[in-house]
Amino acid sequence: MNVTWLLAWRNLWRHSRRTWLTVAAMVFCNVLLVFLISLQLGSYTMMIDNTLGTFSGHIQVQHVGYLDQQKMRQTVPAAAELAQTLREQQGVSAASARGIAFALASSEERSFGIQIVGVEPAYEPEVSTFPGLVKQGRFLAPDAGVDSDEIVIGSILADNLKVGLGDELTFLGSGRDGSFAAAVATVVGVIDTGFDEVDRSIAEVPLAWFQQVFTMGNQGHSVVLRVDDFDAVPQQVAVIQQQVADRAELVVLDWDALQPGLRQAITSDMASAWFMYGVLIILVAFSVLNTQLMSVLERTREFGVMLSLGMGPGKLARLVGLETLMMSTIGLAFGVLLGGLLVWYLSFAGFYFPGMEEMGKRFNLPERMYPEFSLLAILWGPTTVFLFALLAALYPALRLFRLQPVPAMRAA
Amino acid sequence: MGGAMSTVMVLAWRNLWRNYRRTLIMLAAITVGIWAMIFMAAMMRGMTDQIVENTLNTLPGEVQLHHPEYRRDPSVVNRMPAPSAALREALAAPPAVAWAARVRVPAVVASERDSRGVILLGIDPQKEAALGSLPEEVIEGRFLADIDDRGVVLGASLARRLETGLGKRVVLMSQDPDNNVADRGARVVGIYKARLQGTEDVFVYSGLAVTQAMLGIGSDVSEIAATADDYRLMGDWYQPIAAAAGPGFEVLPWPQLDSFLDSMLRVQDGFSLVFMVVIFLALSFGLVNTLVMAVFERIREIGLMQALGMRPGLILAQVLVESIYLLCLGLLLGNVSAWLTIKPLESGIDISAVAQGVEKMAMGTTLYPALVVQDMVMSTVVVLGLGLLASLLPAWRAASLDPIRALSRH
Repeated sequence: MNVTWLLAWRNLWRHSRRTWLTVAAMVFCNVLLVFLISLQLGSYTMMIDNTLGTFSGHIQVQHVGYLDQQKMRQTVPAAAELAQTLREQQGVSAASARGIAFALASSEERSFGIQIVGVEPAYEPEVSTFPGLVKQGRFLAPDAGVDSDEIVIGSILADNLKVGLGDELTFLGSGRDGSFAAAVATVVGVIDTGFDEVDRSIAEVPLAWFQQVFTMGNQGHSVVLRVDDFDAVPQQVAVIQQQVADRAELVVLDWDALQPGLRQAITSDMASAWFMYGVLIILVAFSVLNTQLMSVLERTREFGVMLSLGMGPGKLARLVGLETLMMSTIGLAFGVLLGGLLVWYLSFAGFYFPGMEEMGKRFNLPERMYPEFSLLAILWGPTTVFLFALLAALYPALRLFRLQPVPAMRAA
Repeated sequence: MGGAMSTVMVLAWRNLWRNYRRTLIMLAAITVGIWAMIFMAAMMRGMTDQIVENTLNTLPGEVQLHHPEYRRDPSVVNRMPAPSAALREALAAPPAVAWAARVRVPAVVASERDSRGVILLGIDPQKEAALGSLPEEVIEGRFLADIDDRGVVLGASLARRLETGLGKRVVLMSQDPDNNVADRGARVVGIYKARLQGTEDVFVYSGLAVTQAMLGIGSDVSEIAATADDYRLMGDWYQPIAAAAGPGFEVLPWPQLDSFLDSMLRVQDGFSLVFMVVIFLALSFGLVNTLVMAVFERIREIGLMQALGMRPGLILAQVLVESIYLLCLGLLLGNVSAWLTIKPLESGIDISAVAQGVEKMAMGTTLYPALVVQDMVMSTVVVLGLGLLASLLPAWRAASLDPIRALSRH
């Protein structure tokens, strides 16, 4: 072992209590950062998955302007055929066409204005989790066509309309051409997602029947797509944009356009999280600065002797730097180890804090949080603490260059 | 004893500045920590204040009365009679400052172009104005004049979606208690703008008497709301109203009406405290370190003082007082810097870049941080209390030194 390394190592343990306290500060901060960052990334992944997986999908093809105005007339022609073409495309894992209309739904006792979604029963389960959440009865038959008057509705809507399986619902609305649209459908399934807002409003019917009732012909309002690789969404959007380039009225929208709140919610959450991380890191840096400055000051005489023996100030500064490096490495190692173990445990045991259910419901999060166990999440915080600790040692180390051997040796 | 204590205080103050660099670094750390605690708390409070106010404002009234079934099934069937004389009296008693009765039913509104599902509010404009529940801004036309006004007022976003506008006719459709379609044509007399687009899309305002006539429910209403103009009263004043209303009514204060708001407020207070404790823990390592080193440097000196007859209690006090000085200076600087940074921001921070993200939480595009004494006190208590606790160990070690051993060090 090099003499400088040996010196640095021994210096570090001259005041072992001080060193351990400083290391403890780093470890505390590191474990906290590892935990919080993993939790944060985990919750973002869940937020994205849960928000997009339920209904909106990763990409949608719509009529220009439909996203904002949602007018009946803003349609995608030959929607089912387009979905079929896109479904066979490489990188696209699922595609399904939809039509959406508003109508007054009446049961024997009650009437509510609702949004009816016409879906392709065979493909809808691949782009949305709702069909899988049918708690009573069944989802629309996969081969349900024009003649099938089946409907599945949300559980709260079913309660409010006072209908159950086998009951009939009457619809009054207007078709695409402005004509009067009326129809009767039979409830075959009740969806219970656990999200009140969804359960209160969802109503799905076969697309073919929908097109007939609302005089849509072969048109729909959107084609919903899921892709194999979430990170490849931008490339897929470009590819599909190419394919529909000859139809100027169509636009390809990615999830950020479909759910603009999602990325912003993440951004705003990030901002407040970074504030906390920044403060923690600065406090640890102060701790290191204090320790290293003290250890340099109390060795003024010693450094004076070393200087007069011919050791350059650069070498002394390296010594101090090396001490900090060793200390920070210990902090880094313990922090990563303990933090990693904690996150690894929680990544399958889950994590819960009181009051989270209500918050979670607003953001499509489950009741338990599962932090993301990834190298990035675990290393990011400790590495930053490590760098800031080295930075904090800069001032004490640079002071050494101003040290004069003789006055230093005379110092108390 | 008084003399001894004042000596200790002078000694502690002088000791603090013997190694001024160390003290200054620690002071800087404490200041940053306390500033962060208060700043974060003020931001969070600003956020929750806004969420609560926005949510309560869309349909305010910290205390609301419904038919027992209404909240589960908001249908015209679950209505209640207009308030009796006794109930009216209870609703007007302080701290309540205003109340209003309204009809609130799901409906469909159709223009010649399109139709949408909405919530139809049959209201008394004067009473709702006193309650503070009217839309912030009517951008076109006028608001309803009185309960017999035959016009309707729509949100700007809804009007756009329906492709309708001021002076045009729309059809309102809902159901009457016997589940017959109840409808009426009405002219759009006003278009309002709300802080949240979601509000504009959902609420359609119509005169109370006209709506009651359309639904054929006489003078019955769906909801009675009362406010005391301060949501922090937690609606605890609802009991007399519940007593006056008698059975057959569900009377609830807002924490029970909107459990999300309530739990969010509690989570916020809890989170502020957790944040403060975490920041303090990060600080405490430095604090303990500083004191341990200070005691270590002065072992001989402390031994001498003990040999000269200073009691261990006073030595303990000396270290603790030194720590208190350090903490108090940090608290002072931290609080002042927090005040200086937050005050200019109280006029609002533009967060429109993430507006749609925060709209999910019922927040607008401007964040107003709220500096309240409670948060400053909380951070002070946390830092002083835990700080003293953390200082006890080094102080106790100093006090329990053996004078002979201490004097013979070095």
